[in-house]
Amino acid sequence: MDSYIHILIFGYYPYVALIVLLVGSIVRYDREPYTWRSGSSQLLRRKQLIAGSVLFHVGVLIVFFGHLVGLLTPIEVFDMMGISHGFKQLAAIIVGGIAGVMALIGATLLLHRRLFDSRIRATSSFSDTAVLVLLYLQLLLGLATILISVDHLDGEEMVRFMEWSQGIFTFQSGTADIIKDVHWIFKLHLFLGLTIFLIFPFTRLVHMFSVPVRYLWRPGYQITRTKQKTRTAA
Amino acid sequence: MKIRAQIGMVLNLDKCIGCHTCSVTCKNVWTSREGMEYAWFNNVETKPGIGYPKDWENQNRWKGGWTRKKSGDIEPRMGAKWRILANIFANPDLPEIDDYYEPFTFDYEHLQTAGESQTMPTARPRSLITGERMEKIEWGPNWEEILGGEFSKRSQDYNFEGVEKQIYGEFENTFMMYLPRLCEHCLNPSCVAACPSGAIYKREEDGIVLIDQEKCRGWRMCVSGCPYKKIYYNWSSGKSEKCIFCYPRIEAGEPTVCSETCVGRIRYLGVVLYDADRIKEAASVEDEHDLYEAQLGIFLDPNDPDVIAQARADMVPDAWLEAATRSPIWKLAMEWKVAFPLHPEYRTLPMVWYVPPLSPIQSAAEAGKIGIDNEMPDVRSLRIPIRYLANLLTAGKEEPVAQALERMLAMRGYMRAKTVDGVIDIGIAKKVGLTPGQVEDMYQLMAIANYEDRFVIPTSHRETSEDAYDIRGGCGFSFGNQCSGGTSKTNLFATTPRKSVRTPTELIK
Repeated sequence: MDSYIHILIFGYYPYVALIVLLVGSIVRYDREPYTWRSGSSQLLRRKQLIAGSVLFHVGVLIVFFGHLVGLLTPIEVFDMMGISHGFKQLAAIIVGGIAGVMALIGATLLLHRRLFDSRIRATSSFSDTAVLVLLYLQLLLGLATILISVDHLDGEEMVRFMEWSQGIFTFQSGTADIIKDVHWIFKLHLFLGLTIFLIFPFTRLVHMFSVPVRYLWRPGYQITRTKQKTRTAA
Repeated sequence: MKIRAQIGMVLNLDKCIGCHTCSVTCKNVWTSREGMEYAWFNNVETKPGIGYPKDWENQNRWKGGWTRKKSGDIEPRMGAKWRILANIFANPDLPEIDDYYEPFTFDYEHLQTAGESQTMPTARPRSLITGERMEKIEWGPNWEEILGGEFSKRSQDYNFEGVEKQIYGEFENTFMMYLPRLCEHCLNPSCVAACPSGAIYKREEDGIVLIDQEKCRGWRMCVSGCPYKKIYYNWSSGKSEKCIFCYPRIEAGEPTVCSETCVGRIRYLGVVLYDADRIKEAASVEDEHDLYEAQLGIFLDPNDPDVIAQARADMVPDAWLEAATRSPIWKLAMEWKVAFPLHPEYRTLPMVWYVPPLSPIQSAAEAGKIGIDNEMPDVRSLRIPIRYLANLLTAGKEEPVAQALERMLAMRGYMRAKTVDGVIDIGIAKKVGLTPGQVEDMYQLMAIANYEDRFVIPTSHRETSEDAYDIRGGCGFSFGNQCSGGTSKTNLFATTPRKSVRTPTELIK
């Protein structure tokens, strides 16, 4: 039975979550573009937001890209570059740990503001609060995994997580078995992460897809639109 | 040369009585919604005062508009694009809602339901954001109405720059004027430049600046970028909104709601032709004092055959070219030079212009002494300091404002001579560089101000871009997603909007 649930969560649930993330986001972008927004509340209360939001976002971005590169790059690439598994794990613990603590401090400020500031509480939707609570728990779990990781610094367990996530993306069978024996904190961290993917399209998290980097190379400053189809010389 | 046409606006401050009809009708039509209670696309400020939002003219604080770099190039005062993006998590230059005011309502129902008591029941204020009791309203949309509040606070007004302001705090020397404000629909808008999503755009056909509500992601950089603070962040929808120049009305050839309902008949709407290729050049001139003239320099004479030929080549419809020749904006701004842009030093090339107000002579006793020359009092003895008006309208350059005021005084003198004494005083017109015919035109447009003279608005030519047969039975103007409001009751995604603000009636139940 345990094994059944394990395979359900770490073998099939990832696909459910990722498909909902992908299809849900596309449908929402297409059908309800008016709801696609970052949902900033800075106008209503500046206090705690400046420090909280900057710490949170910078920390989370480092952690996010750390996971992305760290988990999805084939281990052979690191081997070729001569980076040992132990060193990679240590680097992940240090960089991720610092960024995680930054994000946690930021999230603490933001969560406190969201729950105890009357203006922010009154104007928050259920999903605004829920997603912040989930991210907060996820940060706590992520930081808690460091306590387990420091007990075995050979990088062997980290490589197993890499194999698992790459197995999911390459549609390997029996992927869930790779992480069968890891500590329950890791499992909970993974499960919550997948759940955040699942709810992603229904929350304000969609603003991540709209990072306006194109602004940097948008030509000039001004934008005009015209309804006229042809503006050639008559 | 690339010619574009824009519907410009001029407000004759000499006739504004500060009745707020423009603000109220605008609010009723466009911003009486949750999230926008605090926002006034059009508001009327009493000057001198710090305005709405507080201190909006202080660009050292809010970083609105453009700044000219040593290289001669201009960039948003907020900084280069990478700097704007670097502030995306928390915008240090964003006003808080208290800088506008916390929107409120009153417990009106209590007046009807209160039990018998010794004192009259009162309707106490309640926040429209939290729904909680507000013990004291600290600030409102028009807190400084008719010089409300202490002079020490109002005198923080940025336009006192270079004016010995202490003496204007004395009762005998005090002065005031009204300043109705709306989006300037600039030729070089800094809100567009600051928008990371590229959601804000200027329409080529009529110059109206709009925010694409489907593309806006609520990064709120435009709120800081606009030096007039005329973009408002809707805290409920998470999108920015601004004055839309009542484009559904303009497209149909009707004046904006604020103009239509103005009881003082102070507003004018008309076509301005300008050279779009020279916008940047005009916005980047070195000396701030030259910005007003630089902007005049890119306006084009609608009677010039070369301009007409080029405009046709650039697809400006003939009806628009014809309207341009009758444009009240052209007459006020270019021919008589009595209208000026608001704060040209922001380098946005605004397109809502103002005729400066006349004011009483300093004191009745002095009036006899100071130069009444040829029926004309000296404009420098008017109660409102010229420098103050110049700081508002010409980046501090006094001569153009003085000339405009002289022309308005001359118009009065000329018409007084004509109607009271029955004399045509050519001298008084000549003295201010006008012909008697021009003065009479001025009188017709500025004093009589007939509806059809004030509003010369050609209809837009939608037939060039859409087939009316295809859009029959359509939804008209909607918040994207065809006929859906974007937040249907059974919405799968953003959930049913939980009502965060309750009406007093609901609360008392």
